Amino acid sequence: MKQENTIMENKIFRPLDLKKKMRPAESIIQSLLFISGVLSIFITVAIVYELGKEALLFFNNPDVTFAKFFGTTQWQPGIGLFGIWPLVTSTLVTSFIAMFVSLPLGLAAALFLSEYASPKARSALKPILEILAGIPTVVYGYFALLFMTPLLQKIFGDGVEVYNMLSAGIVMGIMILPLISSMSEDALSAVPRALREGAYAMGATKFETSIQVVLPAALSGIGAALIIGISRAVGETMIVAVAAGSGPNFTFNPFKAAETMTGHIARISGGDLSYNSIDYNSLFAIALMLFLVTLVLNLISQGIINRFRQRYE
Amino acid sequence: MENIQTPEYAIETKNLFIFYGSFPAVSEVNMRIEKQKVTAIIGPSGCGKSTLLRAFNRMNDFVPSSYVTGEILLQGQNLYGKDIDPVEVRRKIGMVFQKPNPFPKSIYENISWGAKINGFKGNMDELVEQSLRGAALWEEVKDKLKKSAYELSGGQQQRLCIARTIAIQPEIILMDEPASALDPISTLRIEELMQELKQNYTIIIVTHNMQQAARVSDYTAMMMLEKDGSRSGTVIEFSETKKIFTNPKDKRTEDYVTGRFG
Repeated sequence: MKQENTIMENKIFRPLDLKKKMRPAESIIQSLLFISGVLSIFITVAIVYELGKEALLFFNNPDVTFAKFFGTTQWQPGIGLFGIWPLVTSTLVTSFIAMFVSLPLGLAAALFLSEYASPKARSALKPILEILAGIPTVVYGYFALLFMTPLLQKIFGDGVEVYNMLSAGIVMGIMILPLISSMSEDALSAVPRALREGAYAMGATKFETSIQVVLPAALSGIGAALIIGISRAVGETMIVAVAAGSGPNFTFNPFKAAETMTGHIARISGGDLSYNSIDYNSLFAIALMLFLVTLVLNLISQGIINRFRQRYE
Repeated sequence: MENIQTPEYAIETKNLFIFYGSFPAVSEVNMRIEKQKVTAIIGPSGCGKSTLLRAFNRMNDFVPSSYVTGEILLQGQNLYGKDIDPVEVRRKIGMVFQKPNPFPKSIYENISWGAKINGFKGNMDELVEQSLRGAALWEEVKDKLKKSAYELSGGQQQRLCIARTIAIQPEIILMDEPASALDPISTLRIEELMQELKQNYTIIIVTHNMQQAARVSDYTAMMMLEKDGSRSGTVIEFSETKKIFTNPKDKRTEDYVTGRFG
């Protein structure tokens, strides 16, 4: 009782100090975070600047014009043919095949892991799936060349060339699968349990609940997985360099060999290129194009996802 | 149809025990729940009210290691019988949850979805309107049926959840503290709605709020942990709400409803 009184009295007479105080730890952390943010933006800008600068040298060359670059379909730097399309089409074909394999399989795996598998089965299966992500891509490349291609030749006959886009695309899809499934699974698991219970309480079966309620609710996360998957597919180099072929070829036939943008860059920059030669500068133009293709594909998938999401949210 | 002998009770439990693992969360419940009445389940936190409610539409099936002994009878069929499909049970016994949980779909689709998966073949527009009217929501949403259900307020979302439940025309509607996340005005609307709904449906409601139980229910089941300290809940008294609140038989019920305990 006595102590209570003194506390009360102290409170009444204690002068209050509400002035700003120095908090050095706060400011240090804040500036560190700011620097990291600025640094990542700076690096991105620097890369784009360097690509643009070198690509500009390429387009300034009298042998090259924009019209030739975008208007012709032959890429033979040795004889002055600089049509970008054969490299772009093979990138698109292999990436499309990869997404065609990895998206449905990855989503199905994610649905199984998050909605159907028992906790025990999940804890056993998830690490196995993640091992797929740990395999070096060069191993995938030889897997495509030495296993997938002979298999495809057995199925589709002699029309399948030794180096072909189909084999590289399928194996690339297998490589991306764990990425898609693990990101989608995170998105599905994050859907509140209340939503599932609501669906079950309406007399929905497990399948109806998973496909028609949980999946739409997880769409943004699955969209993110799709976009990262596409970016990986477009940027993937080793598998296509080993298995898709080493010569630009303007074709949409997946059985044929065709070099992708990344594969071409890898092959050419591996040889002895003299600095500031037109071949050297062309690499930057291809890289810029690669950047552009990734960006456009990302924007398209973002657009599709937004349209779906508006329907659900 | 009228001539078929209808059972006296909407639903009946016989010597019901609900286990989580080896632990009986709810013990020895014998209740006969009247048709077209509101039955409230009250009691202190953790006494198994929700567990008991969720046994009625087999929602506890999703809790691993949970199981039931005894019987819950709907039209003479044991809901936990070997040949019973829990999906079919839930189509006949709907549920409204504590927090509104509309689906990530439009207002219209929130209602039509349940009907669609239940094989409804009639006029969907009509069903949606009827259900929304039934949940006293039609006037507020009739001009924005294509809008997302998430644009509605909490109270409206809860009435939407009631509307989607009556769209599948269940026998019984279970409500698990349906107004505890809502403001007083929305709560009042839900309570009024329950009085209308009981003309067509049997309602079982779990509530923490004793005034609410007194206001809305015809019958009240008082749940309490068993005296022996086993942490297992049971129904200690079940009768007309009036009796529970004015003249309870059990001393513990009296202490609880008069606010001396719990």
